[in-house]
Amino acid sequence: MPYTMTLYPADPFALLRRVSEALDRVAFSTPAPVFPAVNVWQNDEAAAIVAELPGVGPQDIDISVKDDVLTIAGERRAPTLPEGATWHRRERAFGRFTRAIRLPFRVDPDQVEARFTDGVLRIALRRPEADRPRRIEIKAG
Amino acid sequence: MSTDLTAATSQTPAAAPETTRNTPVWRPLADILETREGIVLMLEMPGVAPDDVEVTLERRVLTIRGRCRHAEPDALRAVHREFEPGDYERAFTLAEDFDEAAIQASMKDGVLTLTLPRVAEARPRTIRVNAA
Repeated sequence: MPYTMTLYPADPFALLRRVSEALDRVAFSTPAPVFPAVNVWQNDEAAAIVAELPGVGPQDIDISVKDDVLTIAGERRAPTLPEGATWHRRERAFGRFTRAIRLPFRVDPDQVEARFTDGVLRIALRRPEADRPRRIEIKAG
Repeated sequence: MSTDLTAATSQTPAAAPETTRNTPVWRPLADILETREGIVLMLEMPGVAPDDVEVTLERRVLTIRGRCRHAEPDALRAVHREFEPGDYERAFTLAEDFDEAAIQASMKDGVLTLTLPRVAEARPRTIRVNAA
């Protein structure tokens, strides 16, 4: 009976490579961190959104509102390196970002206020007067 | 809007003992750059005003602390949280050849930039060879 070549794997590193690929897949399937991180506060009439945007200039942030969706978009620019510079550590990330936040009510686009201080963006939103819930009095009789 | 919480990359607790203030202490993300003159550190500390940053250099340990003064809206209730405002603290051990007196610090948009120049004699010098 002739020996089949399959008994001797042609590539002794095949298993090693398969394990390595499997590990890579696991590493890539973890979701990318969301940027910017936001905190949301609300009540029936208003909402406040606070986002951490360190290193982004106010001129690089775009805020837009349509119906009940608020979108924060922008770009975090990498610092310009002096000539001959090399990295020791790189923990921060750069590039374009977009984040859309759906609110429980329609937003009055004329009453949106945004402030940016020390890398923190604070947006105050109001619900239009006509859209607010009204309390109905019950009449006796 | 998704309701599941995603951990922000910057929210790593600092390796520090417990604090007396009831705020978490985070380890700020850092970029470190080597230039010809020395090194440049960039640390992300959102919510920290320039006056609330403290940089100390003692026995070759460079410590950066940032205190966050965070006002939360009081008439509203929190419905979604992805980050927790807190103080920042991180320490680096330096090589001895930095000019302590010439360290510069600037804070812009929540990013602290520290410039540490090397002492003059430690800077690499190129020696030009003259043709005889």
